[in-house]
Amino acid sequence: MAAADVTTDGSLEPATNPRAARSAVIVGGNRIPFARTGGAYVKSSNQDMLTAAMEGLIARFGLQDERIGEVAAGAVLKHSRDFNLTREAVLGSALSPETPAYDLQQACATGLETVLGLSNKIKLGQIDSGIAGGVDSASDAPIAVSEGLREILLDLNRAKTTVQKLKIIGRIRPKDLAPDAPNTGEPRTGLSMGEHQALTTAQWKISREAQDELAYNSHRNLAAAYERGFFDDLITPYRGLNRDSNLRADTTLKKLSTLKPVFGKNLGSEATMTAGNSTPLTDGASTVLLATAEWADSHGLPKLATVLDGEAAAVDFVHGKDGLLMAPVFAVPRLLARHGLTFEDIDFFEIHEAFAGTVLSTLAAWEDEEFGRTRLGLDGALGKVDRAKLNVNGSSLAAGHPFAATGGRIVASLAKILHEKGTVDGRPARGLISVCAAGGQGVVAILEAA
Amino acid sequence: MTDTYTQLVSQGLGRDVAKRLGLPQPVVLRRHQPGAPLVTGPVLVSGDSAGANDLATTMLGWGLDVRRNALPKEKLGAIVLVLDTVQHPEDLSKPVLTAGASLRDLSPNGRVITISRTSQSARNPASAAARQGIDGLLRSLAKELRAGATANGILLDEHLDEHLATTSPSALGALRFFLSGRSAYVDGQFLTVRSTSGSLPIDADRPLAGKVAVVTGAARGIGAAIARTLHRDGAKVVAVDIPAAGDHLAAVANEVRGTALQLDISRDDAGHRIIEHAVERHGRLDIVVHNAGITRDRLLANMDEGRWQSVIAVNIAAQLRINEALLASEHFKDSPRIVSVASTTGIAGNRGQTNYGASKGGVIGMVRSTAALMEPFGGTINAVAPGFIETEMTAKMPFAIREAARRLNSLKQGGQPQDVAEAIAFLASDASGGISGEVLRVCGQQLVGA
Repeated sequence: MAAADVTTDGSLEPATNPRAARSAVIVGGNRIPFARTGGAYVKSSNQDMLTAAMEGLIARFGLQDERIGEVAAGAVLKHSRDFNLTREAVLGSALSPETPAYDLQQACATGLETVLGLSNKIKLGQIDSGIAGGVDSASDAPIAVSEGLREILLDLNRAKTTVQKLKIIGRIRPKDLAPDAPNTGEPRTGLSMGEHQALTTAQWKISREAQDELAYNSHRNLAAAYERGFFDDLITPYRGLNRDSNLRADTTLKKLSTLKPVFGKNLGSEATMTAGNSTPLTDGASTVLLATAEWADSHGLPKLATVLDGEAAAVDFVHGKDGLLMAPVFAVPRLLARHGLTFEDIDFFEIHEAFAGTVLSTLAAWEDEEFGRTRLGLDGALGKVDRAKLNVNGSSLAAGHPFAATGGRIVASLAKILHEKGTVDGRPARGLISVCAAGGQGVVAILEAA
Repeated sequence: MTDTYTQLVSQGLGRDVAKRLGLPQPVVLRRHQPGAPLVTGPVLVSGDSAGANDLATTMLGWGLDVRRNALPKEKLGAIVLVLDTVQHPEDLSKPVLTAGASLRDLSPNGRVITISRTSQSARNPASAAARQGIDGLLRSLAKELRAGATANGILLDEHLDEHLATTSPSALGALRFFLSGRSAYVDGQFLTVRSTSGSLPIDADRPLAGKVAVVTGAARGIGAAIARTLHRDGAKVVAVDIPAAGDHLAAVANEVRGTALQLDISRDDAGHRIIEHAVERHGRLDIVVHNAGITRDRLLANMDEGRWQSVIAVNIAAQLRINEALLASEHFKDSPRIVSVASTTGIAGNRGQTNYGASKGGVIGMVRSTAALMEPFGGTINAVAPGFIETEMTAKMPFAIREAARRLNSLKQGGQPQDVAEAIAFLASDASGGISGEVLRVCGQQLVGA
């Protein structure tokens, strides 16, 4: 990597600021197993699942009656009545009812952004402890009335006389009664996320075989992690589910290769994206406990990792300059440069598998000399990610992807493997997280073993 | 909850009908509530030894209404029959018959408690005969009592001097346990006090204040009741169960304001993990309750290796391995307590449970042998053997078998998980320091078997 504009890695932490000495520590996490939509959590609301994930975290770390500095969580598919989703989950939990909470939403980056936001508050000295989280249910998704009906109902609400009301009711037409269910389509292009990724996948000439192999590794790695008890202190079962229901421990490359393509069928090139190398709609929730080192120590709690820093980016996908899910490609070099780091300094890469094609397009862009020079402003390619360090405990292709819950899943798992790894060449083990999001956005972060 | 039949026949019309038809007449047992008095009425201390005098004085000091001679027609809460100086079976007649004359005045849920010496330590045949005679006497008397009244005995080792009230905290602790509602479902049993170790609690309602207790199999049933009872008595509880039971475990841990540890106790490092969790999170480890157990019933002729092995692995091999770690740990040296859940199956056997019987018999053997290893640092290890306890597990038994099992004991009803938990809480307390290597049955004096 060439990062000419970086002069020092310490410039962000001026010694004159006493607050900068505080680091944000990841104590641990808890999530419920992720369930394919329409499965085990079909009757569970976002609030149910977020509360369950939080209750497991509280039990694991003995946080009953504790006044946590702040709880931040969110959901991507959220009904307007859930405006205080996180606060309601807190009130339904064993935490002190005096624990404040706020909701946050940044599409699939919601979970990671709650971690970064609370970490920043901890580093600033505003809070000593925080719980970050996210939840999503595609099963219990809110359904809105059509725009036409909504306008009529609002008018009806304003009407004063019976005659006025009857007149307004008379405006309702059958087409107004069709419900408006949420979808993953981009408002500005009308294309689904899968179709957007298909464009990118084709642009970077990612093969079907490479995508299937990534999916296969995701299932294999996740299954192995379960087998060795890795998730014993990261997951609490929920509604009879002990493991992510999307996990196919016995899947093979052969089986994956027989699946029919579902996206990119009209692009002219070979369609390569299947249900096997794309994440399914999923229900689930995750939480992460953050604190200062002092708070963790005084509560007798572990310190797995610290949140070093984070970076957000966005791309102009609307005019086709970049692929919808390619923003992390730009966020990562900026974050690395800020800390004077290269891929050589990273021991674990957690790249969210929205689609196998997303991960592979991202890696291809980073390995591309031309792209590095013209788009990232580097001397050449950003670098090559060692595949042995990539998503070592599986990722979203196997676990599933309840949008806002994915960030918490990744942060807690990565913090645990960093803690297990300890140090590398005398420095703390380091992990990079990259999460792409709808709207052409991406959020990335670096964690270090504590 | 008390079973429906017991509720029906313990009052009003149901009681009259059951009486006329000669049906079993269980009553709702007196169970301990914080702040409840030890006994429901005056206590008659029968016997004229120095020990009896000391005891009467001590019990007066506890605020009890103590009688040295029965008053005509006065209802009694308990009769304490002190027989610690009998030398010959002929010595029994006077004190026993005197006490017998007062039995009609014993209140419902009353108590008869004998205090005598162990026959093994007798110096001559006549003394041994007298002492062992008390065993047969007590067990028969327990079967004669009605309306929830129980009879239990305290056996004193030879070297404990006659002033047991001032020199043996565990004799007094056992006396308080048997008098109280904590021993509701213990009937026809003896506890042997072997040493002067132990101390009575400062706060009788919080005898475990400041203690850290680990309970395995805590997610439901008896284990959950143990966690609740130890918490009620003041202990900080670490609730342990297999990861698959994590949701129930989290609920229990949050309820008792403790921590949840998802752990398969048959893992090689389970003992280490338990010690580490207790010490890191709560600063110490005082009590380990081995409650986790499984059943895989089959007649031996049909038994496969998997069923046999898994029961042995979880029910006894895991306990042995964890105890090894505990005994080797510097953190388990401050008068620690181990209490194992055995089973009446391990004593009397049960058709279809050769594997379970072997494992639970194994627990009893382990407890007896481990007692000597715990002694050097003031530790004790004991077992509690439940009979028929009303749990989710026994609720699944076929109706007729369940109903028979439930009534075939002196109290004509099944026990509650709390009853087992109370016995464990007593054996986990400082007051039980002089009691080790014992097996206490909580079975309502089950008629079948030993």
